[in-house]
Amino acid sequence: MIKKEMIAMLLAGGQGSRLGVLTANVAKPAVAFGGKYRIIDFPLSNCINSGIDTVGVLTQYQPLRLNAHIGIGIPWDLDRNNGGVTVLPPYERSDNSEWYTGTANAIYQNLRYIENYNPEYVLILSGDHIYKMDYEVMLDFHKANRADVTLATMPVPLSEASRFGIVIADEEKRIQEFEEKPENPRSNLASMGIYIFSWKVLRNALIALKDQQNCDFGKHIIPYCFEHQNRLFAYEYNGYWKDVGTLGSYWEANMELIDLVPEFNLYEEYWKIYTKCDTIEPQYVAPGAHVERSIIGEASEIYGAVINSVIGPNVRIGKGAIIRDSIIMKDTRIGDFATVDKSIIAENCKIGNGAVLGEGEEAPNKLNASIYSFGLVTIGEDSVIPDNVHIGKNTAISGVTTKQDYPDGVLASGEAMIKAGDGE
Amino acid sequence: MKAVGIILAGGNSKRMRELSRKRAISAMPVGGSFRCIDFALSNMSNSHVQTVAVLTQYNARSLNEHLSSSKWWDFGRKQGGLYLFTPTVTADNSDWYRGTADAMYQNIDFLKKRHEPYVIISSGDCVYKMDFNELLDYHIEKKADITVVCKDMPIGADVSRYGVVRMNEDSRITEFEEKPLVASSNTVSAGIYVIRRRQLIEVLERSADENRFDFVSDVVIRYRNVKRVFGYKMKEYWSNIANVDDYYQTNMDFLKPEVSDYFFRKEPKIYSKVDDLPPAKYNTGSDVSNSMVSSGCIINGKVENSVLFKKVFVGKNCVIKNSIILNEVYIGDNTHVENCVVESRGTLKPNTYYCGEDGVRVVTDSNERYLI
Repeated sequence: MIKKEMIAMLLAGGQGSRLGVLTANVAKPAVAFGGKYRIIDFPLSNCINSGIDTVGVLTQYQPLRLNAHIGIGIPWDLDRNNGGVTVLPPYERSDNSEWYTGTANAIYQNLRYIENYNPEYVLILSGDHIYKMDYEVMLDFHKANRADVTLATMPVPLSEASRFGIVIADEEKRIQEFEEKPENPRSNLASMGIYIFSWKVLRNALIALKDQQNCDFGKHIIPYCFEHQNRLFAYEYNGYWKDVGTLGSYWEANMELIDLVPEFNLYEEYWKIYTKCDTIEPQYVAPGAHVERSIIGEASEIYGAVINSVIGPNVRIGKGAIIRDSIIMKDTRIGDFATVDKSIIAENCKIGNGAVLGEGEEAPNKLNASIYSFGLVTIGEDSVIPDNVHIGKNTAISGVTTKQDYPDGVLASGEAMIKAGDGE
Repeated sequence: MKAVGIILAGGNSKRMRELSRKRAISAMPVGGSFRCIDFALSNMSNSHVQTVAVLTQYNARSLNEHLSSSKWWDFGRKQGGLYLFTPTVTADNSDWYRGTADAMYQNIDFLKKRHEPYVIISSGDCVYKMDFNELLDYHIEKKADITVVCKDMPIGADVSRYGVVRMNEDSRITEFEEKPLVASSNTVSAGIYVIRRRQLIEVLERSADENRFDFVSDVVIRYRNVKRVFGYKMKEYWSNIANVDDYYQTNMDFLKPEVSDYFFRKEPKIYSKVDDLPPAKYNTGSDVSNSMVSSGCIINGKVENSVLFKKVFVGKNCVIKNSIILNEVYIGDNTHVENCVVESRGTLKPNTYYCGEDGVRVVTDSNERYLI
């Protein structure tokens, strides 16, 4: 019988609704990051670099891009005769078919997948964080402590601890207490949503809680294990870890990559990040172009100025255009003499000649002020912005827009224009 | 596809100077992210030639490394595949490949075991794009025994290092001279041939009996009056790399939008081994103009009219001008590089000056590297 010591289950079914129009048609783990990568590349690369060659990827929300990206796992060397990557969508059964209703429910519905590999340990990951982590070290910690459950945690500033799930551990790192978003945190160890379970323990908990509505790891499984006197330990991680759940943190994490020696360094030989790349051609920087403090993907053509920005593959920046503090994803075209300030422009967009993005004073977004803030202009994939229009801050645009959509050629700060519906 | 492919990748030339020490010409990096052989291989793959043999002999390590997996060119298939043939000692042969015909003859079993009626032979030293289906249709339509792909060089170009051909109005080749003292036309052989498989086996066996080893002079030229040898003119970009100046010029050609559009943006694309490198990074102080930059590069200085291959590091206040910087070169701060080809994995010390005064200078410095 096949036996794997540890397999990983990667939760990639979430929408990531706080990324607004960026996740209108793609699941959050498939959103582009750092020029050529997608968010899911980080946990997948961590898996293979940690020696985990069996990964189940649980998908649900808008999985097309994710499926196309993962394929049979070749870029991560996860195309294996035995194991490898398997995409696990919800499926119909003879009795009560249902969607994945929660993170733990999704795992419960794939018990048979895990049992095929007869693992000692199961690693639970989510597909929405940027970090490099050796799961093998965490597993060693788990084994050394004869733990049933190990939670990866990281120290956060006490002032911010109230935004996280906080664990309180004793000197041996055994967990004594949990606090979910406490007002007065008593510890600064925040749970990162990464767990190693001894499979028997996880299996029992999943089966015991199988009728739990929206069964979730943080809310149900961990408390259940805790109440049943299992050995729960907190593994402390001290590297770079970034949640890219909001447009602001997503933008910030991208911008951190362009520092001289970034805290999260993609250029290290050790611990490579792998991704599927269809374009391998070099990029071209034309006479009269200017590029500074930026990273630029393959096959892009730069005729204008790019400052402080992250540009994906196969992007064309027209002559006289100025791009500042922005993220531009692959296949997008920026017209000549356009000005783009502090914008996130998703894949395959067309920005007209002379268009001005990110202009004027900030104003709260009328559609959803908590999503579209940070002064950003956010443009969803396949959008078209006509020539010479002016677009303010805290704005969101999705779909093919024409001159008629811009009274006086302006979209004021705080406005949103969502033309493409779901599934169009 | 009705043809198997053979890529002749054994070639090396003293005229490549120091660049030939490390590798055969087919393995030379070209166009930022590619190797010379990628063009022939991608053409084969894009034309659905499923079975390709690469014949190599001179310092094949670099080439072997590049071809370590056939999946990049989509050859890792159950039907067909990519075969790499280096000379081997067998019960009845202990010679190196003594020429291109001999190289194919020594692997004649490969040809005998296939069932495809035709063979497409391409040099691995050429940069070009071609649909071999069209070439094969032409070959069949002309009822040719051998079709030679030809290219018209610009009037006045020096063609004395090529095979120069003359065709009649029916495109049949009437004259073919290797490296002529006085060229009779400006049409040259592009090093790409079509021949029926059985015919090829027959002429290779006969040549071997007569101790003739070169495919061009001992087969194509020798048989041009007894066999139907036709020329097929290609009009698009074609360049052969045989010396440092060609190599330099071919890479510089990629700075022309029409050349880079043709190779990089127009389908079908050229494939190469994927290296999983991060995007290129431009730090404060970088000033890049009219240059190709490949993935993994980190730039802190001035780069002008140059091609940077993968993982090049350019230090602060550097000036890189009219140069080709091959893979993984580290250039220390305040260094000036002009009209040079810098060999891969080289390390140029800070505060140094390299300039090709009359012509292209090949720089092969491998100093101790101080990592940042």
